[in-house]
Amino acid sequence: MRGLDFDIAHLLAGTLVLISFLQLYQDRLYALLNIFALHALVLALSVAWQAFIQDAPHLYVTAVLALVFKAIVIPVVLHRIIVKLGIHREIEQVVGVGPVMLAGIGLVALSMVVMLRVTQDADPLAREDLAFALAVVLLGLLMMVTRRNAVSQVVGFMSLENGLVLAATGAKGMPLVVEISIAFSILIAFIVIGIFLFRIRERFDTVDLQALDRFRGERR
Amino acid sequence: MRFDALAAVLLIPLFAAALLALLPGYRITARLNVLATLATFVSAVSLFAARPQPGPYLLVDDLNSTFIVLTTFVGFTTSVFSASYIGHELENGKLTPTFVRFYHAMYQMLMFAMNLALVANNIGVMWVAIELATLTTVMMVGIYRTHEALEAAWKYFILGSVGIALALFGTILIYMAARPAVGEGLDAMVWTTLIKRADAFDPALLNVAFVFLLLGYGTKVGLAPLHAWLPDAHAEGPTPISAVLSGLLLNVALYALLRFKMLLAVNPAALAPGPLMVTLGLVSLVFAAFMLYRRRDIKRMFAYSSIEHMGIITFAFGMGGPIANFAGLLHMTMHSLTKSAIFFAVGHVAQIKGTQRIADMGGLTETNPVLGWGLILGVIAIAGMPPLGIFMSEFLVVSSTFARSPALALILVFGLLVGIGGLFLRLNTIAFGEPRGPVATSNASYLPLFSHLALVLMAGIYMPQALVAWFQSVAKLLG
Repeated sequence: MRGLDFDIAHLLAGTLVLISFLQLYQDRLYALLNIFALHALVLALSVAWQAFIQDAPHLYVTAVLALVFKAIVIPVVLHRIIVKLGIHREIEQVVGVGPVMLAGIGLVALSMVVMLRVTQDADPLAREDLAFALAVVLLGLLMMVTRRNAVSQVVGFMSLENGLVLAATGAKGMPLVVEISIAFSILIAFIVIGIFLFRIRERFDTVDLQALDRFRGERR
Repeated sequence: MRFDALAAVLLIPLFAAALLALLPGYRITARLNVLATLATFVSAVSLFAARPQPGPYLLVDDLNSTFIVLTTFVGFTTSVFSASYIGHELENGKLTPTFVRFYHAMYQMLMFAMNLALVANNIGVMWVAIELATLTTVMMVGIYRTHEALEAAWKYFILGSVGIALALFGTILIYMAARPAVGEGLDAMVWTTLIKRADAFDPALLNVAFVFLLLGYGTKVGLAPLHAWLPDAHAEGPTPISAVLSGLLLNVALYALLRFKMLLAVNPAALAPGPLMVTLGLVSLVFAAFMLYRRRDIKRMFAYSSIEHMGIITFAFGMGGPIANFAGLLHMTMHSLTKSAIFFAVGHVAQIKGTQRIADMGGLTETNPVLGWGLILGVIAIAGMPPLGIFMSEFLVVSSTFARSPALALILVFGLLVGIGGLFLRLNTIAFGEPRGPVATSNASYLPLFSHLALVLMAGIYMPQALVAWFQSVAKLLG
């Protein structure tokens, strides 16, 4: 088991966690989108590698979807949107880099402790994949809570979904239903997000959610 | 070809959605919407007559047929209410014909998604259906495109997606737990197979999976502290959607949770899911009860009341056992009927007054007696006053809890009393006193409102033996 197969899968999943960390402290939207594209690219490689070692050709579909949609189409479209909105030079930071990174390290440690402990009987590959996947999911969540800008929240959400895809492909033999559904939901989610961004733009001239917060809760 | 009720429950809404998206003209589409939901309801009832065998994707059993009939019934009555409500929104220009077309298509998509989630035998399909239901409601919450509606929809979308994502992680973990016992592939996601083999699953993995599922689907149930999306989504969307959200979608998410609770109950080494659900239920109840006091927006107030009642229902199912489960099922049914009835009344009231601010409404019993008393009756019912149905179910929850753990029952009763106070305080302002705000007659159809209230009243006074026996058998199934 512990051959080259395992090492490469491990390397790719670990890289994904590292890129999640890179995303955490990007305060420029362009840079953030580029890093996200990288995130999706590594995910595509990782899924393709899983398809190869599990001998599960249907996973290649998921890999291609990740590559085309997440690594190319979505970053390009989001690039255009932020240029259109004129927010590509904006710098945003809600919480300092230090605390966010520390929280991220804490979350990774947490996911390792939880997942490695409960999956002692599972095969090591699936086990570590799951632990890394949970770390990516939690880092995505962390990003969503520390950002105020709608675009970066969406990027946070998409990297969270990347973690889910990693988990689903790591679970050996998981039926195709799920892969399709994941790809499908990302697609829909993206459409919804696109519509939202445009609608928000129509009304506010900003996608900074702090502007939206003025209208929150009870009025008057 | 024989009539396949299960296929009908799924395909009627799906075709109706496509058709309604294409057809122009408000009058035809509103009627078609009613017709489609009625046909779905009739097919759902016919599921009792001929039950199909469970397949790898779809399943009909005692538990979900109860949910399906309730969902399709409230879906039908809400579509009747929606016809007059949306007509009014068109008249005063809050919605354009294009948006109404979109609205009707989305309404049917939502019915499809909820029915699919209920009949799914595959936990992956169930997840997809709940995600679809979330997305359609997000679209509908944002349909007015005001500042508040957009913010509510965005908040709902983000929190809902996070919940859904956590639930998917939980679903993957269930698959991981099932794989060694059931084998790779489709079988390890089929619920009927899982429940047979769940005793052989790895308990630790099952526990972690359940925690994720509880957090994920719990967000969709609106349990505190994961409820933040719920009041905004209820307050800012069209009122028929508030009725469907409160009355149905929260139930569907809870149903998903119950399915996984049943899995854990089979495995003796897994943690007992009861205490977790009891805690979340009580926290939601007490929190929401206090939140009722500071509300100025009428729909927001009833949204908090929904959190309160979902808390009670989750609590009852968490306690488990035949009586508490029975009470939970009954309470869920009663809450769906009553809360949607209240939203029907509130929708018309808000249209007459042109606002949702409680301070701008007053003396409803004088200006619009039918609507005013309908609302009063609904609030009395939701507060749990005898002899209405919710009194029965709350009484059962409280008495069965007192028998088993008095300390929990005390918290429960405290929460209920606080909630009653909050509701009546506001009801007084709205229903009695000097008439405030614009006065107008409403050409609303009162049929959905009063048919729901009549059912709730009937359940409180006399429940047919067959219905009691049915609920008892389902309660037994829930363990």
